[in-house]
Amino acid sequence: MTFQITIDGRAVPVEPGQTIGAALHAAGVRAWRTTRFGGRPRGLFCGIGVCFDCLITVNGRPPERACLLEARPGDEVTTS
Amino acid sequence: MSAPDDRVSAACDLVVVGGGPAGVAGALTAALRGLNVVLVDSGARLGGQYFRHQAGAAHTATPGLDRFLRQGRALGERAEVLLGHQVWTVTRDGDRLTVHCQTPDGRPVAIRCRDLLIATGAHDRPLPFPGWDLPGVLTAGGAQALLKGNGVVAGGRVVVGGTGPFLLPVAAGLAGAGAEVLGVFEANGGLALARHPVLALGKAGEAAGYGLAMARHRVPYRTHQAVIAAHGERELEAVTVARLDGDWNVLATREVACDTLAVGYGFVPQIELGVELGCQTRPDADGMPVLAVDGRQRTTVDGVWAAGEPTGVGGRHLAELEGRIAGLAVAGAPVPGVLARRRRRMRAFGEALHHAYPVKPGWQSWLRDDTLVCRCEEVPVARVRAALALGATDARSVKLLARPGMGWCQGRVCGYAVACLAGERPRPPRRPIAQPISLGALADLDTH
Ligand SMILES: Cc1cc2nc3c(=O)[nH]c(=O)nc-3n(C[C@H](O)[C@H](O)[C@H](O)COP(=O)(O)OP(=O)(O)OC[C@H]3O[C@@H](n4cnc5c(N)ncnc54)[C@H](O)[C@@H]3O)c2cc1C
Ligand code: FES
Repeated sequence: MTFQITIDGRAVPVEPGQTIGAALHAAGVRAWRTTRFGGRPRGLFCGIGVCFDCLITVNGRPPERACLLEARPGDEVTTS
Repeated sequence: MSAPDDRVSAACDLVVVGGGPAGVAGALTAALRGLNVVLVDSGARLGGQYFRHQAGAAHTATPGLDRFLRQGRALGERAEVLLGHQVWTVTRDGDRLTVHCQTPDGRPVAIRCRDLLIATGAHDRPLPFPGWDLPGVLTAGGAQALLKGNGVVAGGRVVVGGTGPFLLPVAAGLAGAGAEVLGVFEANGGLALARHPVLALGKAGEAAGYGLAMARHRVPYRTHQAVIAAHGERELEAVTVARLDGDWNVLATREVACDTLAVGYGFVPQIELGVELGCQTRPDADGMPVLAVDGRQRTTVDGVWAAGEPTGVGGRHLAELEGRIAGLAVAGAPVPGVLARRRRRMRAFGEALHHAYPVKPGWQSWLRDDTLVCRCEEVPVARVRAALALGATDARSVKLLARPGMGWCQGRVCGYAVACLAGERPRPPRRPIAQPISLGALADLDTH
């Protein structure tokens, strides 16, 4: 059954088994962090855990790779 | 020897790292010969890249997936399969190896074994170009992983670019799943492939299938063309497509509006674990370092074997075959001549593909001074060129001076490009750990 996670309070639908990165990308959220120096937006790039572009903060934990992290109902993503 | 919370699987003969076609075939073959086998993969499911699939979904569009899943179930009955376990280093102690993994919740797990099979696959090999770090630009494999693993179509209006036969399944997959694929831009001349005798023998059927799918969805396939720039404010809005000469210098350009780009210029075999253990490497036909193995998939280090992409990119059929050969060899069984011959033929096919789809130096003319080479440390081309002007003569000194490859990905993404810019062949990775891991797990290792 489809469930929800949130990004900065906004609801995003998830199919069971999807990664947080995939669910955000599918919902049209293509960037969730900015780079340290240039402030450039970043989201998915390699999709398989190699590039670390997709680092994301979920439930206040230290940054993890969104393309690998399976979404759980109620996960809260924060972008700043 | 190991930290108290390390789980040590004492009686294991063989640890296989990688649950793709090579690893599963190797593990199952060895288990069927009576070996005590543990297979480790960082992913949530077996499959690797080609057989990546959604949890529980009846998504069997991938040719061969049913058979692979049966192999996976047979393996599960005869061997221990540890999913979600990322191997970050292997240490040696006499004739025993210890494979150190980490679970997603950060728990260290150590497995002792006599033999190790490295079946870690490959990752995409991107080339930098202006705007390649805009959200909406994905690697070709990344777009494929979104689709196969998550059922997510990477975008609505999609451009596919790069070089190699892999662009075909990516485009066919996207179009079949409902994306409007505006074009496949192959920087080389795709037709060279069909004329090659080995290739005519080999994959003609599969290529024809993708060709049909592309024709059905009216996807244009353009050779000697490439995406040389991506444009957009906060995310991708358009790309510049160029017509290229034989060296990939730009002849003419046009803009194509799109929301997504899937781009890939071949693959980088993941050989870190082997390099760290001292295994000899050799340059593959495209110059990429791969693990040197003999006819039984044995590396130059005792007890260490390799199969699939780490021994040279050749696709999933070769990966599975090499896995089987390795499984037999580790179990001390003879390798039938028919398997050895098939392997030689498929290797030749892989090498022919490398020759048909090379990376030509003209891509460097697509770069602008401010184009990022290293996405992690945000190092622009100008800084790399300044380091070269200062006297850096190889990729390693460029890295020390300009810091490309010093970030999170440890040069996995930009390593190839930096080597090209420095005018040398890519070298085997010298990374202390096979996967970046938390400092906690490193500290635990110190206490051993
Ligand atoms: C992103 C991507 C998508 C691809 N999609 C296709 C496709 O759709 N069609 C196609 O024909 N080819 C595809 N390929 C090419 C692919 O390399 C081969 O087809 C085939 O999957 C190779 O099989 P393999 O067994 O050698 O490695 P893989 O299938 O890549 O399997 C390697 C496995 O090792 C695991 N692994 C690696 N390092 C570690 C570690 N340190 N610890 C634990 N586990 C580890 C990985 O998680 C992976 O599951 C893709 C390649 C990439 C990079
Ligand atoms: S997209 Fe590359 S690590 Fe997640």
